[in-house]
Amino acid sequence: MNSKKLAVTAAAVVAMTAAFAGAANAQSRDQIRAVGSSTVFPFTTAVAEAFGKGGKFKTPVVESTGTGGGLKLFCAGVGPQHPDVANASRRIKKSEVEQCAANGVAQITELKVGFDGIALAYSKQAPHTDLTTQILWKALAKDVPVDGKMVANPYKKWSDIDPKLPNKEIEVLGPPPTSGTRDTFNELVMLEGCKKVAEVKAAVADEKAREKACMTIREDGGYVEAGENDNLIVQKLTANPDAFGVFGYSFYDQNRDKLQTAKMDGVELSPEAVQAGKYELSRPLFIYIKNAHAGVIPGIREFIAEYTSERAMGEDGYLGDKGLISMPKAERDAARTSATNLTPLQL
Amino acid sequence: MSVAVTKSRYQSEEFSARLRRRYAAERRFRIAGMVAVGIASLMLVVLLGSIISKGYTAFWQAQIRLEVTLDKQQVEERNYTALLRQALYAQVPTATDRATRRSLNDLLSSGAPYELEAKVNANPSLVGTTQTVWVRADDEIDQFMKGFIRRDVPESERRLNDVKIAAIDALVANGSIRSTFNTTLFTAGDSREPEQAGILGAVVGSALTLVVTMLLSVPIGIAAAVYLEEFAPKNRWTDLIEVNINNLAAVPSIIFGLLGLAVFLGFFGLPRSAPLVGGLVMALMTLPVIIIASRVALKAVPPSIREAALGVGASPLQTVTHHVLPLALPGILTGTIIGMARALGETAPLLMIGMVAFIVDIPGGLTDSATAIPVQIYMWADSPERAFTERTSAAIMILLAFLILMNGLAVFLRKKFERRW
Repeated sequence: MNSKKLAVTAAAVVAMTAAFAGAANAQSRDQIRAVGSSTVFPFTTAVAEAFGKGGKFKTPVVESTGTGGGLKLFCAGVGPQHPDVANASRRIKKSEVEQCAANGVAQITELKVGFDGIALAYSKQAPHTDLTTQILWKALAKDVPVDGKMVANPYKKWSDIDPKLPNKEIEVLGPPPTSGTRDTFNELVMLEGCKKVAEVKAAVADEKAREKACMTIREDGGYVEAGENDNLIVQKLTANPDAFGVFGYSFYDQNRDKLQTAKMDGVELSPEAVQAGKYELSRPLFIYIKNAHAGVIPGIREFIAEYTSERAMGEDGYLGDKGLISMPKAERDAARTSATNLTPLQL
Repeated sequence: MSVAVTKSRYQSEEFSARLRRRYAAERRFRIAGMVAVGIASLMLVVLLGSIISKGYTAFWQAQIRLEVTLDKQQVEERNYTALLRQALYAQVPTATDRATRRSLNDLLSSGAPYELEAKVNANPSLVGTTQTVWVRADDEIDQFMKGFIRRDVPESERRLNDVKIAAIDALVANGSIRSTFNTTLFTAGDSREPEQAGILGAVVGSALTLVVTMLLSVPIGIAAAVYLEEFAPKNRWTDLIEVNINNLAAVPSIIFGLLGLAVFLGFFGLPRSAPLVGGLVMALMTLPVIIIASRVALKAVPPSIREAALGVGASPLQTVTHHVLPLALPGILTGTIIGMARALGETAPLLMIGMVAFIVDIPGGLTDSATAIPVQIYMWADSPERAFTERTSAAIMILLAFLILMNGLAVFLRKKFERRW
C-alpha cells in the first residue's frame, strides 16, 4: 500500500508538471477568442457558431465578461494569451485606447454591428400606458424638485406624477449597476429625462452636482434591481401586471405574446424606429479587432467577414432572428469595407 | 399515571403536573421536529417538481419527415439546404409564392442540412435516390408543438406567423411531424440554436476538471491529513496550520478563482478556459475539505489499533499504512467524494479563469477550451430563446443526477467498508 501510494503520488506530480510545461509551451492558438459585453454575446456567439460550421476553422470561444472587463483583457497586450476580439455595448473610450497603445496594441479595427433597443415592457394584462423620459426620471430619481428644492422622491404611484397615468404603485424592475444596460439606461433615460425637467436646473446650480443628482436612482423600492438575468424579469412581469421591466430588445422580441412595451416620447419600440434613430432608448453595438492578430491567429479575417456579411447582419440575417436590430444599408456597407481593409480606429 | 393513591414525595400533585409538562414538552419538540422535516421535504418536492415539470419536455424534440430526392449535382455542390427546402415545399400545398416559401424555410432547423450531409457521407449510395428522412424542426416549431407558443393571440404578437402555423397543421395532418427522444441534448456541444444544443461539451469539461482536481487534491490532502494527525508534533506551528486549514475551508470560492487568475494564468501563463486551470483551482478549494474529513476519519480509529500494531513491532509508518489508513478509508472516501461533488457544482471560481464561455467544440484534452455543467446551466438560463428554458431545467436534472450518483457512491462505500467498535 505504502509504496503503491507513493508511486501514484509521484506519477500524479510528474503528470501535472508535464501538463504545466506543455501548456506553458503551447502558446500558439488556432482558435479565435472573443471577450466582452453580455449584450453583444448572443450575436457574436451566433456568428461564431455559423463560422465554425463552415468547417474550415475551429469555432471561436466567446466569453461574456462585460464591456469594461472585456476591453481590459483585450488591451492587455499582443500575443496568443490575449483575446483577439472584444464585444462592446458602447464605444471604446479614449482612456481605453491609450491603455491599449501602452500595452502595444496599436491598431484596432472598430466594427459597428447593429443596434440594441432597450424595452420598457409590462404585462399584456395591464392597460396600455405610454411614458416619456421625463416621467420615467421623475418616477425613478432619488431626489426630485418640489417647490424649487430637491427633496426625497415623494411619488409613490404613477398617478402622483401625472393624473392621466394609472393609479398603481411605481415598480420598475431593471438591471444592477454592474450591467451595461444600466449604464445606457442612466445615460439615455435618467440624464436625458432630467434635462427636460426645468426645475432641476433651478434647484441645483452646479453642473457636476446636477448630473450626479440626475443619475441617482431611488432606493426605496420604486426601482428593483432584478439581477443580470433578463429572463427572470420577464417572468416577474408576467406574474405581476403592475410592474415595468427594463431589458434588451431580444428578450421582448421572444416574449411578444406575454409583454407589451410603452411608447417612449410617443415612439413605439420597433426595429424600424431604432434604425431611423427615432426611438431614443437605443444604442449601437460594436466589436473591436486586434489588427496585429490578423494573419497570426487563423481565421480572423474570415470571422469578421462572416460577421459583416448580409446573411448575418443584413435585414433578414440570422442575427436579426437573435434580436439584433440591423443598421441601414450604407452603414452595413461601411462596416463591411472596414472589415475587409481592417481600417485602424482613430479617435 | 397521575392517579396516585399513596401520596409519596415522588407522586405528589406537583410531581404529576411536572411530569405532564415534561411529556408535553417532549411531544412539542417531536412535533416541531416533524414540522421541520415536513417543511424541508415540501421545499424539496416543490423544487424538484418545478424543475422536472419545466424540464421533462426538453428530452423530446420535434422532427419533420421529408421525401428528399438526392439529386447528384446538388449533392456535389453540397447544396443540402436547397434539397431539404424543395422537399418541404412539395409537402405543403400552400407553398407556391416566394413569401410563403421564405416563411417555410424557418420550419427546419439550421442544423438539418448538416444532418443530411452526414447521412449521405456515411452512405454514398443514397445519391440519386429519393429517401424518407426525419430532420430536426426549428426550436420554435418544437415549442409550438409542445404548446408553449399560443396560437390564440394576434399574428403580430406571435413568433410564428399564420403561414407557418397553417403549414404545421398540414404537416401534422399527414403525419409528417413526430416527437422523438432528444439525443442531441446528450451528444452535442453548446449551440445558440436550442434544437442543436447539447450538454456533452460541458459534461466532458466537468469530467476533465474533476480528474485534475482528484489527482491533485486526494493524494496531497490525505498525505497532509496523515502527517498532521499521526506524525506531526503538537506545537504552535501545527496549531497555526490547523487553524489556517479550517479557515480555508470557509473561504468563498470566488477567492480561489481570483487566486487562479493571478497565479496560474498570470504567473505560469497557462491558457484561459482550460480544464487544467479549472482543476487546479478546484483542487485548492477542495483540499481543506479533504484534509479535515480525513483527519476526522483518522481520529475515529481507536488508539488500541495503533498500540497493538506498535506492540507487535510495526514501525510507525507500517502502523499507519497497514492498519490505521485502511480503517479510516471509508471516512476519507466519503469526505473526498463530497468535496468533489461540491467542486462539480461550482461556477464562481470558473468565471475568473474564463471557463464561463460559449464553447461549441467538445474538449479533447486538458488544455482545450472547456466549460462545466453548472456554467452551461447559467448560460442557458440567460439566453433569450424560449426553448432554452426547458433545456436549462433538463441540464439541472442531469447535474442533479451526477450529484446523486456521487453522493450515493459515498454512502455505499461508507456502508460497505465501515467498521464499528
